[in-house]
Amino acid sequence: MSEPRTLFQKVWDRHIVLPETTDTPAVLYVDLHLVHEVTSPQAFTVLRERGLSVRRPERTLATVDHSVPTDAKAWAAGLGDMDHAARHQVRMLGDNCGRAGVRLFGVNSSRRGIVHVIGPEQGATQPGMTIVCGDSHTTTHGAFGALAFGIGTTEVGHVLATQCLLQRRPKTLLIEIAGRLPRGVAAKDVILAVIGQIGVGGGTGHVIEFRGDAVSAMSMDERMTLCNMAIEAGARAGMVAPDDTTFEYLAGRPMAPTGIAWDKAVADWRSLPSDPGAEYDRSITIDVARLEPQITWGTDPGMVMPVSGRIPEPAGAGHRKALDYMGLQPGAAIAGQPVQVVFIGSCTNSRLSDLREAAALLRGRRVARGVRTLVVPGSQKTRQQAEAEGLDRVFIEAGAEWHQSGCSLCIAMNGDRAGAGQYVVSTSNRNFEGRQGQGARTLLASPATAAASAIAGSVADPRPLLEVERRIA
Amino acid sequence: MIEPFSVLTSRTAVLPVENVDTDQIIPARFLTTTQQSGLGRHLFADWRRDAQNQPREDFVLNRPDAVGARILVAGRNFGCGSSREHAPWALLDYGFRAVISTGIADIFRSNALRNGLLAVVLDADSHAWLLANPGVEISIDLRSCALSLPDGRAISFEVEPFARHCMLHGVDPLGWLLSREDEIHRFEESRSCAA
Repeated sequence: MSEPRTLFQKVWDRHIVLPETTDTPAVLYVDLHLVHEVTSPQAFTVLRERGLSVRRPERTLATVDHSVPTDAKAWAAGLGDMDHAARHQVRMLGDNCGRAGVRLFGVNSSRRGIVHVIGPEQGATQPGMTIVCGDSHTTTHGAFGALAFGIGTTEVGHVLATQCLLQRRPKTLLIEIAGRLPRGVAAKDVILAVIGQIGVGGGTGHVIEFRGDAVSAMSMDERMTLCNMAIEAGARAGMVAPDDTTFEYLAGRPMAPTGIAWDKAVADWRSLPSDPGAEYDRSITIDVARLEPQITWGTDPGMVMPVSGRIPEPAGAGHRKALDYMGLQPGAAIAGQPVQVVFIGSCTNSRLSDLREAAALLRGRRVARGVRTLVVPGSQKTRQQAEAEGLDRVFIEAGAEWHQSGCSLCIAMNGDRAGAGQYVVSTSNRNFEGRQGQGARTLLASPATAAASAIAGSVADPRPLLEVERRIA
Repeated sequence: MIEPFSVLTSRTAVLPVENVDTDQIIPARFLTTTQQSGLGRHLFADWRRDAQNQPREDFVLNRPDAVGARILVAGRNFGCGSSREHAPWALLDYGFRAVISTGIADIFRSNALRNGLLAVVLDADSHAWLLANPGVEISIDLRSCALSLPDGRAISFEVEPFARHCMLHGVDPLGWLLSREDEIHRFEESRSCAA
């Protein structure tokens, strides 16, 4: 009888080309390498300088997302105003992929989108895989029971040239999420609460496995939100064991297996969940039965509070610095804090279910005067699906902007940005200083909280609006 | 190819801030480059300069005593957030060769070591002493994995052995990976048979 193993250990073991020794890390095989325009050019240059080719172009999938404008006006003008350097970067990705034979969903592709949205959407992301990308939010793909993590550009080069990475085995952290999520409380609120509890460095050196009743009940979109922000706790990766929800999501996706290969794959994927008795280096339990919608008040995702709460007294210099940047007063209620911008998008919360959640509150209502509200779907396909349901009309009639897909205001390097001093309720993942524009102040929250705040013109709890919806229904 | 690293002796620059994220080290608006050189001028761009592009005099790197410092001492969990390798590129281009903290984020640490920027994790007491004594001259010896303080005390630290080997001898990890071609090929063969 072999030792019981965790989900992580099973995926790790399957990909060991050479085991680690005291002197050398393991050589880990990579099944899927996702590539985008910002972190790949220098890696392709190194390959070219050294006369190396891309070892497995068929295991490599590229798209453009970070630096491509999403604004309707920019697109109407044929992206003529696009930043010169960004345009060069996009062109270079096209050239590099063309030369190497790497499949690229480029600027004009209907399959383009945020790299962590299109991988799952196309069925490229599958259980049991190792997936890497030069982007820290690669943890998103762990929602499928893949081992997925972000790497730097040098390592992008390693994977392009050898399809392998040098890695030490990380530790494991089990996060059991117990209880049933109350109405109006989302996966985003769960992960913000987790980060608030363990801290932004609390997962360093670890791969998190999320499990428990609340996780089993989540859709794939919700599990992706959960795993997406594992990196914000400092974790190497986040993972959820694959189950019927996973297989139903993947069935029929363009890049998923079909026919006999599908049946074989599912049978194999069913063997991935952690064995009973498998041991983790650490474990914690969080009960979410009474969790409230969460919102951040500071400049890292661990500085988080219930939306109904009061801004905490600063505990140390870091908190004082954060409050000073945010221009917020300890002891004040966060609800009612005026906001100038609302952003619904990013690899955390830009999928169809996120857009539906926001639209449910915005339908028949108006965004408050003076609030710029950007709704940015995660991919062109998500955009199409949303339009087929009429969600674009809901957003536009409410006074929000309906954008092309991309990273947009999450990273503010593509033309979308907030102004200095502006408050942004954002469904993205990082409230770091300047992340959404120099001097901009970010409050991270769920799509429902973001939509409720857009309507109110200030930070608002979505639950009263949801209650109205329920009574009408 | 990275410059070999054995002993580094330098004054320290001290940034007593916890959870310094890579968006602070180099803001995203500078990531549209396709080069890795020349990023030092954007290092800590929004902490070094205000909205009018004037130097913020209270920021550590703008103080005269920080000029020429090659060792940065920062609060815990340095380099969290984005995987951008532009962060160690910017630190190196600016002139730093080592970063010291009580905790360094995983991806940043890996990126730093791959580029010859030594990431040192110290115990809390030694770190607190360095924070309290900015600008002291210290020595970091990667051969013995020891850091020497001005009073002669030596503090040991750990570095992942392969990264240490690569930094000490200027060994390129990609070259090493490429030398495992036979094993990689065999792994791929065995998987295609199983499938």
